[in-house]
Amino acid sequence: MPSLAAPDSLILLIYAFFMLAAGFSLKPAMTGSREFMQAGRTLPGWLCGMAMLGAGLGSQEVLGMGAAGARYGLASVGFFALGSIPAMLFAGLYLMPVFYGSNSAGDSGNKMIRSIPEYLGLRFDRKTRVLNAFLFAAMSIFGAGIALYALARIFVALHVFDRVANTFNLPPAGVLLLAMGLPLALVLAYVLLGGLGAAMYNQAMQFCLTLAGLLPAVLLGLKRIGGWNGLKAAVPVETLHAPMPGAHPMGAGAIVLVLAVGLVVGGGIWCTDFRLLQTAMAAKNVESAQRSPIIAAAVRLFVPFIVVAPGLIAVALPTPHTSIVIHNDNGVIYHEITVVPPAVEAGIGLVPAKADADGKPIRSADGHAELDYAMATPNLILEFLPAGLLGLGVSALLACLMSGVAASVTSFSTVFTCDIFQQLLARNAADKRLLAVARWAAVGGALLAFGAASAAIRLDSILDAMLLVFAIVNAPLFAVLLLAAFWKRATGHGAFAGLTAGAAAALLHHGLALPRGDQPGIHGGWIAALIHPSSELVLGLSTATLAFLVSLLTAAVVSVFTKARPENDLEGLVHSLVRRDPANAKWWKRPEAMAAAILVAAIAVNLILI
Amino acid sequence: MFYDPRISMGMLFTLIGTILTAFGLSTRSNIDVYAKSTGIDANLWWGLVLLVFGIIVLTLGRRGQAKLEKEKK
Repeated sequence: MPSLAAPDSLILLIYAFFMLAAGFSLKPAMTGSREFMQAGRTLPGWLCGMAMLGAGLGSQEVLGMGAAGARYGLASVGFFALGSIPAMLFAGLYLMPVFYGSNSAGDSGNKMIRSIPEYLGLRFDRKTRVLNAFLFAAMSIFGAGIALYALARIFVALHVFDRVANTFNLPPAGVLLLAMGLPLALVLAYVLLGGLGAAMYNQAMQFCLTLAGLLPAVLLGLKRIGGWNGLKAAVPVETLHAPMPGAHPMGAGAIVLVLAVGLVVGGGIWCTDFRLLQTAMAAKNVESAQRSPIIAAAVRLFVPFIVVAPGLIAVALPTPHTSIVIHNDNGVIYHEITVVPPAVEAGIGLVPAKADADGKPIRSADGHAELDYAMATPNLILEFLPAGLLGLGVSALLACLMSGVAASVTSFSTVFTCDIFQQLLARNAADKRLLAVARWAAVGGALLAFGAASAAIRLDSILDAMLLVFAIVNAPLFAVLLLAAFWKRATGHGAFAGLTAGAAAALLHHGLALPRGDQPGIHGGWIAALIHPSSELVLGLSTATLAFLVSLLTAAVVSVFTKARPENDLEGLVHSLVRRDPANAKWWKRPEAMAAAILVAAIAVNLILI
Repeated sequence: MFYDPRISMGMLFTLIGTILTAFGLSTRSNIDVYAKSTGIDANLWWGLVLLVFGIIVLTLGRRGQAKLEKEKK
């Protein structure tokens, strides 16, 4: 197994040093809660866009998209791009002007919005705000925990932290805790020092570093299998031209359905998730806030390929087998034996099978080995990067982990401070106190995330759990935010009912549906298995779509029967009531033109790949 | 904005690029190291790419920083 050479460790240390340096250099500027939680609202749009990309490219995305590439082929590029890019453009053009609110507390009362729950509080009422704050806080902790565990497991399999663990004489279980604790401690250190600003400066850097570490592995892998044509020849045709993941080739109806699902998932992430939106809300003015998701979308166009390709290449390579090479050297016969663990031999290409405690491959009921697709991208990095570049590759994995976890920690801290502490415990707290609370909330959030990660060790399918949480929290919230931003008539009672009904519908559907061949439990079917979707992914996506629709309908119906707020209360909070300056820029400089160009490019990329 | 983030980003990539290039040059003749990377001295080439990228970003960042300080005054 690989051990890190001196230049590898040097690169890792330099990376860690730069992360901390950002924290230290922003520390003097952290004079108030606004500086800490919103980076003082002074950042330019391009930096917010880069930070948003970093926050959106966590370890779950990097491992998950590599896994999707290995499992579903090149079409998953289209799936991820389709879901994310329209949603990002929509968020930039239409939602940011509403969410951003106004930059100064002075001009129109209290319209300085610090978080999505705070927006809900201003637009609707206190109960909606507090409900969403608690749901979001739980989700961000859970998400950070899963992201930590998902990558720590791989670091242990790759023996990255073995040397550190050996010097402290840690038992094997301690290595996993160390692999989760070290990156988390580093994140917490720079967040405590420099707040959201440091997190965002680092996210921009981490995004570039992730790509810089993955790209050489992709290029070398492509060279080994004979370039683009070699890849096409090595991957079975069905994989390369497979329809969207989980869908059956059923013609136009299925494509429309998949598009709708993609829009719900994409919108649930890029239009509602405060972990991503907090970066745009730290922009220096509303124009920059609008521009940041659009800039992010332009760069994001090229990202899916770089993250999906490692998975594609990993399955296309030959599977390693235990081999004995006999050669004769001046009459002396040498036996060179390369031993490959059985779980690796049972895999496809560089994707190993899941192994049980004895290292034997786990097989499903029909005898096929269950593959550990999350290992595809890390194994490709190990296979191709020589000493030196390997340090960069490991830094890339570490960088994507830390950017995602930092987004969770800062957003948890902001939501806890503004929407839970200030709302429920101390309405008139002084700013100094808020700053202290925000710092303690970051510590608490990190500790809870560590606890969640330790709990995830015992959960066998964390991805299913994540899809369920998404369906309960994000999908209903997307529906409610759409109504809040575009329908003046939507009311607080409606929003509250919508959020609750959506979450209940998600739970109910998950309880009644069980994918074929699964045990009732976290996979679904814990009430009664009445519906049988074809895979876990289909279950997750249909649960989210159902939650979205139920929430939309409930919120709309209840709103119609309850009393709406007068229009002058809603100024700046609904899209049609946002004060706009007359458009004076040339038409090609306007965000709409930029967004249209990106959309056309995204469609072109999809047509080429599918 | 606190300072132009392109300065630190440029410094990071310049530094990593330099290390990789130097390591690539010193192990150029070592076949064992590059058996993994299909015989290419990947450290040298990718190090050079990152070095160029780092220097460009650093230059842009220094320009941005100068502008920022002018605005502050």
